Amino acid sequence: MMYRENDRPMSPQLALRVAIIGGVTLVMFGVIFFRLWYLQVLSGDKYLAEANNNRVRDIVVQAPRGQIVDRNGRVLVENRSGYAVKVSPAKLPKDPAERRTLFDNLARVLGEKPRSLLHDVNKQFKAVPFQSATVKNDVSQPMYAYILEHQESFPGVSVEQVFFRSYPHKEIGAHLFGTVGPVTADQLKQKRYRGVNMNDRVGQSGIESEYDRYLRGVDGADRVQVDAMGSLRGELTKRAPKSGRQLRLTIDYNVQKVGQDAMAGRRGAFVAMDIHSGEVRALGSEPSFDPNLFAKTIKQSDYDRLTSASNGAPLTNRAIAGAYPTGSTFKPITSVAALESGVIGTDTPYTDTGSFSLGGGLTLHNAGNASYGTLAIRRALQVSSDVFFYHLGFELNSAGDGQQLQKWAHLLGIGRNTGIDLPGEAPGILPSRKYIDHQYALHNKNPKLSLIDRPWSVGDNVNTAIGQGYLQANPLQLAVAYATIANGGRVVRPHIGLRVEDAAGRAIQELRFSARRHVSIKSQFRQVILGGLFDAAEMPSGTSYPVFGADKKFPIKVAGKTGTAQRNGQNDQSWYVVLAPYPNPRYVIAVTVENGGFGVEAAAPVAKKIIGALFNVKVKQATPLSTSGINLHG
Amino acid sequence: MSATLGETVKDFHESRERGASLPMLRIDPLLLLATIGLIACSVYVVGSATHDDIAGDPHYYLVRQAAYGAAGIILMFALARIDYSRLREWRFGVYGAMIALILVVLAIGTAAKGSQRWIPLPFFNLQPSELGKLLLVVALAAFMVERIRKLSEVETTSRILLLAIVPAMLVIAQPDLGSGLVYMAIAVAILFVAGTKWTHFVVLGALATGAIAIVLVGAPAVGVQVLKPYQVDRLTAFVHPTDDPRKQGYQLKQSIVGIGAGQKTGRGADGATQTKLNFIPEHHTDFIFSVVGEEFGFAGAALILALYALLIWRALRILTMAKNLYGALIAGGIVAMLAFQVFVNVGMTIGIMPITGVPLPLMSYGGSSVIVTFMAIGLLQSVHAQARTASAAKGRDLIA
Repeated sequence: MMYRENDRPMSPQLALRVAIIGGVTLVMFGVIFFRLWYLQVLSGDKYLAEANNNRVRDIVVQAPRGQIVDRNGRVLVENRSGYAVKVSPAKLPKDPAERRTLFDNLARVLGEKPRSLLHDVNKQFKAVPFQSATVKNDVSQPMYAYILEHQESFPGVSVEQVFFRSYPHKEIGAHLFGTVGPVTADQLKQKRYRGVNMNDRVGQSGIESEYDRYLRGVDGADRVQVDAMGSLRGELTKRAPKSGRQLRLTIDYNVQKVGQDAMAGRRGAFVAMDIHSGEVRALGSEPSFDPNLFAKTIKQSDYDRLTSASNGAPLTNRAIAGAYPTGSTFKPITSVAALESGVIGTDTPYTDTGSFSLGGGLTLHNAGNASYGTLAIRRALQVSSDVFFYHLGFELNSAGDGQQLQKWAHLLGIGRNTGIDLPGEAPGILPSRKYIDHQYALHNKNPKLSLIDRPWSVGDNVNTAIGQGYLQANPLQLAVAYATIANGGRVVRPHIGLRVEDAAGRAIQELRFSARRHVSIKSQFRQVILGGLFDAAEMPSGTSYPVFGADKKFPIKVAGKTGTAQRNGQNDQSWYVVLAPYPNPRYVIAVTVENGGFGVEAAAPVAKKIIGALFNVKVKQATPLSTSGINLHG
Repeated sequence: MSATLGETVKDFHESRERGASLPMLRIDPLLLLATIGLIACSVYVVGSATHDDIAGDPHYYLVRQAAYGAAGIILMFALARIDYSRLREWRFGVYGAMIALILVVLAIGTAAKGSQRWIPLPFFNLQPSELGKLLLVVALAAFMVERIRKLSEVETTSRILLLAIVPAMLVIAQPDLGSGLVYMAIAVAILFVAGTKWTHFVVLGALATGAIAIVLVGAPAVGVQVLKPYQVDRLTAFVHPTDDPRKQGYQLKQSIVGIGAGQKTGRGADGATQTKLNFIPEHHTDFIFSVVGEEFGFAGAALILALYALLIWRALRILTMAKNLYGALIAGGIVAMLAFQVFVNVGMTIGIMPITGVPLPLMSYGGSSVIVTFMAIGLLQSVHAQARTASAAKGRDLIA
């Protein structure tokens, strides 16, 4: 083991030690080679994929939804681009403390409360795991610029361009459009949402939902290369977004606006519809709301305001979901039932003494205690004789199965949905023997289940014949019923979708809505009913003569029926349903005003303005109406 | 140095007069081949890895690395021609210079209120901890030779270790943990080659294990931080690679991904996205091997490793043929210095060694490291040349 200083040092000991050094070196090289073999040859594919995943980012380029335009091409719903701040769960810090700091910073930049922000995001993560969640929609330019410039302090946070729906006409037509929102997990499983990706926005209500497959486009994608800092280092591939189709509605904006303006400040609804095709020219409900509130996530306080009963629940679409007694506007339906079931003929006279004895000591009177003498059905419709129709209701209760009134009303669409391409329809109530008896049985079981505390009686039929009692209907149902009488028996399907078009307005697909069913009504019956409605509107002593017949400057001849329905605990419900022009009607207009009083005073003038807009004629209303000599309650 | 060069020249003329082979032929050609091969690969890989790093100057690093290589080669040949044995007499000077340089850089670092590991010089920044590696080999081997007769004494082992621990602690304080570890490896190798008793190594191993346990586990538990938290993170990161960009494990993960993505034959300089897009950090210095792995795949990595294997084999061979103990110890120290750095660096890039900031000799970009490594190999060549000269002389004596 001992060396002399300048000896040649090679000795067995040194040889051993050099061999040990060489051996250790060899082992180290071996370990490195095997590790490299494992990494590069055995797992190379996996790491290559990871390397590509590192550098490639797919940036979704949202496709704008198609616009919605009225029948004349006027834009009703358009898009506004904005920026949304999103977080992707995979890239957020894992450490809870760091994550909290991130959200604190984010909340400060966005001007939100950190806790609500975190709560919001966690809710979205829970709903749809592994998908990025929206922190805030529609952020201002300084906010998104700040986040982009400080990307390194916001790991996992991104800013994306998104489109928001915009409604340039605010309250006008608000109930027609519906809302757009992120697709839900359930929707993604449905066939009709095939091709939709997580986080895409789809129509969630109204025609946005009904026609979503046309309106939604196909998102584009920018595949870009990024470096380790996440900065853009070039574009790899690009797929341009395909914007959605334009949807043309049957709605005429001008008519819609005239209707809503005429109703402004009141509660009620109106419908104007083509009686042959079911194309809805206007459909409005007041009070209305500004749908722009829904373009972003709506605030709870706004939502509460829009649904509170004391504000008139602006979100409710009274034209299709309202449930009102119809009053005398029901009389043409009673007429159809009476004539078709043979209770009376077109000329069968009846003497209106001013009162109708129901038996059992119960006597009903005409409103205002009027009496109209001997009349047939046409005259009865003109003056809106309640006694005449009480009589019909009474007779119908014993004709055939005693439910002929209900049979015909049901055929004409009362008590059932019209099938319009809008969600939220309410069928209302058509009181029938079966319905009343069922409710009575419920009441007997538990009075809280139903207020109807007696079985069916003839009085129910008598009340229904003049649109009172338990009857509840909405303007659209009456419009469809009147259209059926006027068009020869076709129960049209009302609709507001007209055509799918490309962005330039070229037609791609006409939307077709065939009639729901046919009701066979004899022509002479239809003629006498329409005649009665014409007389009511255009002949002196007709119930709406002061609005139409008395206005010699109004060139459109109409056939219309007033209604003044009593409502429990409220003032009278004012109705007017009118067909125009007479004698070959094309449109039906149904108007109802809550607490409006007499039909001729509140609803009829609104209908007249709508007709004026439909036919493009000026409407000048004499004020005050001279209503002497007519049946105001009719 | 000029005196030494003069000696060499005189030696050259003498050998010419004696009719012996040219001194050029006395250097080890395979060692030279490995060295030149590595620096050539380095210049190419550094060039391609940094092509996009400095806007408007794609060859910034390439040109500098080539210049360092050229300077290193010149110094290597110069050192090959001197008789290394004379360095033994300068052991105190060499050791003192090493400590002084390290202290200077510590002072600069303190003044700059941060860590600075270099002394700015006109053409490049001198990193004393790099130069220290070679100076330590030269000095430590000399001190070892002085005490070779008391080899079995514990005091000898202790002294040699102490002489290494002092500069090691100073560079760790810079902080340059990697160089400190290299110093310790050099000391252990010199003790080993000199023939220190096995029992000393067993005790040494136990002490080292205890020290590591105290530094990493014991001291932090009682609230004393020997290493800075980031150093502990780096040391332990290889156990848990991560996707989190702000963690030490992220560099490691990206390095592994880059090497793996290279597969058998590599992605080429243009396709190596982990390198080009900066996912691999420090891709021209500490992580140059990751770039090799990504750009040239298993084939490229194997070629580089083969060159290192050749280099270490030749160095070990030179160790065995050195004409005296001092030459053998120098060769042993240099083998330790090179092999330790290769294994720790490559091991780090493939995730089997902690991140310690050790450069890959001759491959990593950096003037100090490249030039010092060439000087070390120059010394090896000197040991080789001296051995060949001595045996040639002996042979001639025998014949005469």
